[in-house]
Amino acid sequence: MTSPTSLTPDEVAHLAGLARMSLTDSELARYAGQLDQILHAVDRVGEVAADDVPPMSHPQPLVNVWRKDEVTPGLTAEQVLAGAPAAEDERFRVPRILDGE
Amino acid sequence: MNASADSMHLTSRTATELAAAIAAGDVSARQVTDAHLARIDAVDEGIHAFLHVDYDGARAQADAVDAKRAAGDTLGPLAGVPVALKDVFTQQGIPTTAGSRILEGWRPPYDSTVVTRLRNADCVILGKTNMDEFAMGSSTEHSGYGPTRNPWDTDRIPGGSGGGSAAAVAAFEAPLAIGTDTGGSIRQPASVTGTVGVKPTYGGVSRYGLIALASSLDQAGPCARTVLDAAHLHAALAGHDPKDSTSLDVAVPDVVSAARRADVRGMKVGLVKQLSGEGYQAGVSQRFDEAIEILRELGAEPVEVSCPNFEYALAAYYLILPSEASSNLARFDGMRFGIRVGDDGDANVEEVMSRTRAAGFGDEVKRRIMLGTYALSSGYYDAYYGQAQKVRTLIARDFDAAFNEVDVLVSPTAPTTAFKLGEKLDDPLAMYLNDVATIPVNLAGNAAMSLPIGLAPEDGLPVGLQIMAPSMADDRLYNVGAALETALTDRWGHLLIEEAPAL
Repeated sequence: MTSPTSLTPDEVAHLAGLARMSLTDSELARYAGQLDQILHAVDRVGEVAADDVPPMSHPQPLVNVWRKDEVTPGLTAEQVLAGAPAAEDERFRVPRILDGE
Repeated sequence: MNASADSMHLTSRTATELAAAIAAGDVSARQVTDAHLARIDAVDEGIHAFLHVDYDGARAQADAVDAKRAAGDTLGPLAGVPVALKDVFTQQGIPTTAGSRILEGWRPPYDSTVVTRLRNADCVILGKTNMDEFAMGSSTEHSGYGPTRNPWDTDRIPGGSGGGSAAAVAAFEAPLAIGTDTGGSIRQPASVTGTVGVKPTYGGVSRYGLIALASSLDQAGPCARTVLDAAHLHAALAGHDPKDSTSLDVAVPDVVSAARRADVRGMKVGLVKQLSGEGYQAGVSQRFDEAIEILRELGAEPVEVSCPNFEYALAAYYLILPSEASSNLARFDGMRFGIRVGDDGDANVEEVMSRTRAAGFGDEVKRRIMLGTYALSSGYYDAYYGQAQKVRTLIARDFDAAFNEVDVLVSPTAPTTAFKLGEKLDDPLAMYLNDVATIPVNLAGNAAMSLPIGLAPEDGLPVGLQIMAPSMADDRLYNVGAALETALTDRWGHLLIEEAPAL
């Protein structure tokens, strides 16, 4: 059982950071209240005594679905890069990965 | 007959009638397509069902059908019938946004399997329909491109997330549309627009090329104005696809024959106790009770059934869905497709990703991504995501027990008729409650339909009834739905949608 403590804007900022979204202060304040309200509502899942109940991740009992090991046509590099915000030398061009020197 | 009366005539016909008329040569596919494009031009400014209309592509597809027919080639079962496509499916070369600004301008390099199947059936794809961003919502107000309006009352919501598809069908802009249903996004829009919508069994229709919201819940299905039309589209879409590893490799239930059978004699119909009473609008409950009486008169046996864990379905859903969504939406990072914001040559990749996602995602998407991030974080995983998965098992068991007693289950599709635009926009929890009756089916993975059963006396707006069937017994939905539809249209003298105000 959990009982979520109230989310602070700082905690929401941490979540937003994990999810790679830079939010404004007014967004953080608003989401803190709303997420808190939603978390209290969904907390009801803890009311069901379910230690002996197996978790269900998926509606169909499918395991190890493989296709035949046959070559099928794929997309060309040109087709794939056509939708990219930036491309160079037949590759995606991305901002720098490392900071400083 | 003058040209405009003639095209009105074509847009008011069912898909089944149009397919027969085209096959018989009474009308060309091109005439049918032009009539629907003209209807879109005439009414869509006020409805905003479409995000993109593919005039040239649709006409070319229609001309190809006419050429095939002239050459004596075999035609698909829906040859020449126009279809509106929810903007969550990839269609090669056609703008595809999933209702999000983050994908603005993206043109996919490949077709989804749903599009491939539509092409194989010789359907004509008119364009892409509006939706809540990434299918998160019950009103289309969360679209990054502005809301769709309900053809019954343009101050009201058309439901969501597939409000564009439902409104296109209800406004006679298309006889058929494709939707996706993760928590009710086909059925709830059908309910509030007086149309028919079906969520097939999970795995019944391929998800290849469907931009994922929650992979274990998403399912594509048909939107139409009649049960038989929905059955024809369902049959065209369904079946195993090796490109989707969750696609079921089993025979597709014969939904078209079931819709033609329309015989409920001797069937046991379970009324779900937990999906009625408090929280349901008076006129919704009244029309529901009347529909049950009709089923009884037709020879079915209504019985009350208890599904005690349905009470926890909404809570489990709003943990499982955001968890899966937060993971699925990680791919929208501004690197490979869609927009990129703030790449000033100085900012590093993480900063650019964060700026892009902050600018490209709307309010509800940000909210659910953070909810999912929270539910999956260490320390909370077991109490939230883990516990929700156990509730999911209990809900599936409730369905199993119920289907040991009855052939189908029924409930109102949504607790209320269409509400006003803006009414629930600032209250996420109130918005989520619209899906209280539709969510259990998505969690368990079985099949369900919504069909219109009348207008609520207090507001004159459509009410939908939900029929739920076991996994891969989708045919039962069509049998029961068609029986009820026939009895109701006999009483009214026409389909309910014909009572919608002229646009």
